[in-house]
Amino acid sequence: MSAISASEKVDGFTRKSVRKAQRQRSCQGSSQFAAGSSRPAAPEISALPQLKDASSTEQHELFMQKLQQCCVMFDFYDTVTDLKSKETKRATLSELVDYVSTNRGVLVEPAYPEITTMVSTNIFRTLPPSENPDFDPEEDEPTLEASWPHMQLVYEFFLRFLENPDFQPSTAKRYIDQKFVLQLLELFDSEDPREREFIKTVLHRIYGKFLGLRAFVRKQINNIFLRYIYETEHFNGVAELLEILGSIINGFALPLKAEHKQFLMKILIPLHTAKGLALFHAQLAYCVVQFIEKDPTLTEVVVRGLLKFWPKTCSQKEVMLLGEIEEILDVIEPTQFKKIQEPLFKQISKCVASPHFQVAERALYYWNNEYILSLIEENNAKILPIMFGNLYRISEEHWNPTIVALVYNVLKTLMEMNSKLFDELTASYKCDRQREKKKEQEREELWRKLDELGLQETSAIQNNRHEIQFTYSNNNNNNNNLHDKDENPAAAITDRIESNTWAK
Amino acid sequence: ASGAQGPALVEGVGLGMAGADSDDSLYPIAVLIDELRNEDVQLRLNSIKKLSTIALALGVERTRTELLPFLTDTIYDEDEVLLALAEQLGNFTMLVGGPEYVHCLLPPLESLATVEETVVRDKAVESLRKISHEHSPVDLEVHFEPLVKRLASGDWFTSRTSACGLFSVCYPRVSSTVKAEIRQHFRTLCSDDTPMVRRAAASKLGEFAKVLELEYVKSDIISLFTALASDEQDSVRLLAVEAGVSIATLLPQEDLETLVMPTLRQAAEDKSWRVRYMVADKFSDLQKAVGPEITKNDLVPAFQNLLKDCEAEVRAAAANKVKEFCENLPEDSRETIIMTHILPCVKELVSDTNQHVKSALASVIMGLSTILGKDNTVEHLLPLFLAQLKDECPEVRLNIISNLDCVNEVIGIRQLSQSLLPAIVELAEDAKWRVRLAIIEYMPLLAGQLGVEFFDEKLNSLCMAWLVDHVYAIREAATCNLMKLVEKFGAEWAQNTIVPKVLGMANDPNYLHRMTTLFCINALSEVCGQEITTKHMLPVVFKMSNDQVANVRFNVAKSLQKIGPVLDSNCLQTEVKPVLEKLASDQDMDVKYFAQEAISVLSLA
Repeated sequence: MSAISASEKVDGFTRKSVRKAQRQRSCQGSSQFAAGSSRPAAPEISALPQLKDASSTEQHELFMQKLQQCCVMFDFYDTVTDLKSKETKRATLSELVDYVSTNRGVLVEPAYPEITTMVSTNIFRTLPPSENPDFDPEEDEPTLEASWPHMQLVYEFFLRFLENPDFQPSTAKRYIDQKFVLQLLELFDSEDPREREFIKTVLHRIYGKFLGLRAFVRKQINNIFLRYIYETEHFNGVAELLEILGSIINGFALPLKAEHKQFLMKILIPLHTAKGLALFHAQLAYCVVQFIEKDPTLTEVVVRGLLKFWPKTCSQKEVMLLGEIEEILDVIEPTQFKKIQEPLFKQISKCVASPHFQVAERALYYWNNEYILSLIEENNAKILPIMFGNLYRISEEHWNPTIVALVYNVLKTLMEMNSKLFDELTASYKCDRQREKKKEQEREELWRKLDELGLQETSAIQNNRHEIQFTYSNNNNNNNNLHDKDENPAAAITDRIESNTWAK
Repeated sequence: ASGAQGPALVEGVGLGMAGADSDDSLYPIAVLIDELRNEDVQLRLNSIKKLSTIALALGVERTRTELLPFLTDTIYDEDEVLLALAEQLGNFTMLVGGPEYVHCLLPPLESLATVEETVVRDKAVESLRKISHEHSPVDLEVHFEPLVKRLASGDWFTSRTSACGLFSVCYPRVSSTVKAEIRQHFRTLCSDDTPMVRRAAASKLGEFAKVLELEYVKSDIISLFTALASDEQDSVRLLAVEAGVSIATLLPQEDLETLVMPTLRQAAEDKSWRVRYMVADKFSDLQKAVGPEITKNDLVPAFQNLLKDCEAEVRAAAANKVKEFCENLPEDSRETIIMTHILPCVKELVSDTNQHVKSALASVIMGLSTILGKDNTVEHLLPLFLAQLKDECPEVRLNIISNLDCVNEVIGIRQLSQSLLPAIVELAEDAKWRVRLAIIEYMPLLAGQLGVEFFDEKLNSLCMAWLVDHVYAIREAATCNLMKLVEKFGAEWAQNTIVPKVLGMANDPNYLHRMTTLFCINALSEVCGQEITTKHMLPVVFKMSNDQVANVRFNVAKSLQKIGPVLDSNCLQTEVKPVLEKLASDQDMDVKYFAQEAISVLSLA
């Protein structure tokens, strides 16, 4: 989103290097503050008496005052000003954390709105633009939140508040409402992993305590994921959100609602296509397997969905998907296995033959898995013919000796399972390959002929309806020619002349 | 009408023939179906891409009755295949029998408009928009509009998102009852539950407003705009900004203040930087849309705020618009506004903490000089230019130098030359070759503006140094630069200043430098003319034909071919020909090849 300068026009590569070079500032203030802005200075705050020293009658009033004091915001981007006030606020926050976690009976009703206001003021903000627009979470250091010394304590305090035994969801729901949760969810995009970790726990507590918000939370998470998959491909907190969902799915009642199945098929499965899959694949696979364990009848649609989105060029992702498939196979029911074995093993067979040795290796490791092996054995009449061709071929052709060795073992295992079928397949291998080659040639020939028809037509399409008709009959004649039974050569010639004229 | 009759007849014949040879005419669709079911995606893709060929072979009727239903049924496929299908169908009108049958294409496109993958959906909508124009008004109401309604009330967000892009194409051509329905549907989508749909609606709001009658713009669109511009999600609000600009262009001046300005003012101060960024980015359009009065009263302070925004992204976007904004200010008060309101902000931006902001400013700041005139430029802008010329970031300096021509027109470049030189020298020696390349490209411009004396004194040595740069691209650009300089300063200047230096490099121990001499000769011979070429350059070229390095020798052959047209025929026959013949019998095959090529091109055989 930043301006394109002359040197970026000549050098597409400067951007990253330039930015990397000037990244000495790895902390960033929230969007509400900036250096040199003409913002009025924060009012100075002075320390109030300690809560523990106040009498029980004054204590509540003092608690309220301290909450209000903590609503004053400081600019952490500026490291020199307000030092004293910043320290006062830090100490006050830390005292408040203590106060709500150790005392009983402090959460009286009037405290709820004050607490929510204090928390909202401190944590809700528009996240600043990323320092590094091509931030690669795997390569680059994240930008850390500058005001963390305060923010961390605010999160702590909020958590203690939610976890306090006196906490009353029925009172709190007036303040911790849909709007509050929506803003909280947006914060999952924070680049600072420490913040995301806290929000995760906070959201978990809220989900646990506010039954009325559950459907809303799930829907909003869906929206975040859909935006991530289909619109921006950028959201820092996908892994954390999936982690929460993992435990939510765990708690789903059976039979599963249509809404939950839709979530699985329309969101979790397409999430596999995301560029940043590596960052949240473990959590995603966990969610998917949870679903299958809950309801085994989902196995078929899930596996077919994964096969549909199977990575075509990214080997790293292929390895991840092979891992996920193995997790699914670990829990699969034999009846479900039968339903997907054919398409699945066609894919596995392709993976085994992958020139990328990590992909091939990962796929071949399936044969070390006792349970998978037993499923293969049980269905060897179906699986052996699918696997055999590629295994046999790469046992002769693969460049990597480890893969060749693994393939030999797999072939040996398969031979022991069904030696009769194995011998038949070995015998027919050459014929099969020749047949495939021949089919390939036929297809090429077919398309070549069709292309010839197309050549004349493309010129016709650009004109208008008349020519289409002419070329149309011309085509038929061409077809006839191909099959050597042209019944009306004269007509064909006139047509051809016509269409040629038109074509010009 | 007569045109329609003819083809109908031929069509009949065509069908007859297809019927007579049913086996053969089945052949293409059999291929297609077979291929569409193939396991290999690439093969499925191939067949989809040949869809028009197949449709042509089938003829319009069978395309309608067999091919399209088949395609509609096979919609579950890889997105890549679906994308190709969606694109093809947009060009299918003729293949199904022309506009009267175009509605046959709606069912498959409708399904495609509901799939998850955005690119497929967008392509389907694009095709639907395209074929909507081919519908007659009646068909539009009978077939197209119901489709839009179905999409608009679909269960899953994808179909509703797609619907947003279709309202504006059918609205102008339907009856007023249907129009009312369409408006209602659009209203509903603007307050949809899912932000994805609201985003789609917001992004189409401006387009939709343009086709609506003015009364409905005022009654319907304004309230939708206001609602979207205060959406809870900033991604929706920022799209409303763009719509606001379009809406402003539609309204009469007297309504702007009450109907759109409050919302736009609010957007310029939105708490999300993304929304403010959008306002900054669209500022010039906005300025044109609202006219001079509102600009003076509202936009000037808003622009000042954006230039002082706390977020660098916003400041950079606003800085980019400084020149355009100033240019479009009403003439009567332009200078006062710039001097009292804009310039102070600009001064601050020159020393901004963020290099992207400074660099954005540097790319437009020079444009202010033409607006402000000579005196103001010297007094107020010049110090800023000079400061930016000394900026630590090379981009900023480069942007200033690349826009020197604007200043030159107003005050002449001499005022700057003292500061310019160190900046140029530093960029010329930058460690990044792409920066060096960029500055070389501005050399002819600078030379023209600074004049030949200044150039000889200060810049000539730089230009020669680039000839021996260790990066080929720099040497190449330097060669080209010399040619442009000679075009500016003339052949005599070339003979006195650069030709001797270039020719001197022919004796360099480094063969790359010797080749540079040849490349320079290639570039310079034409601009220097026959005399200099024959007298000074040619002997050097001949001498180099004995070079030990084969690369130099075959470049001699190439050079001779290049400069041949400049030489007279006598010289070609008596001097060039023998040298090329000698090279043509060289032991190196590349030398031989290029020598022979030169001989044949120059017709010396």
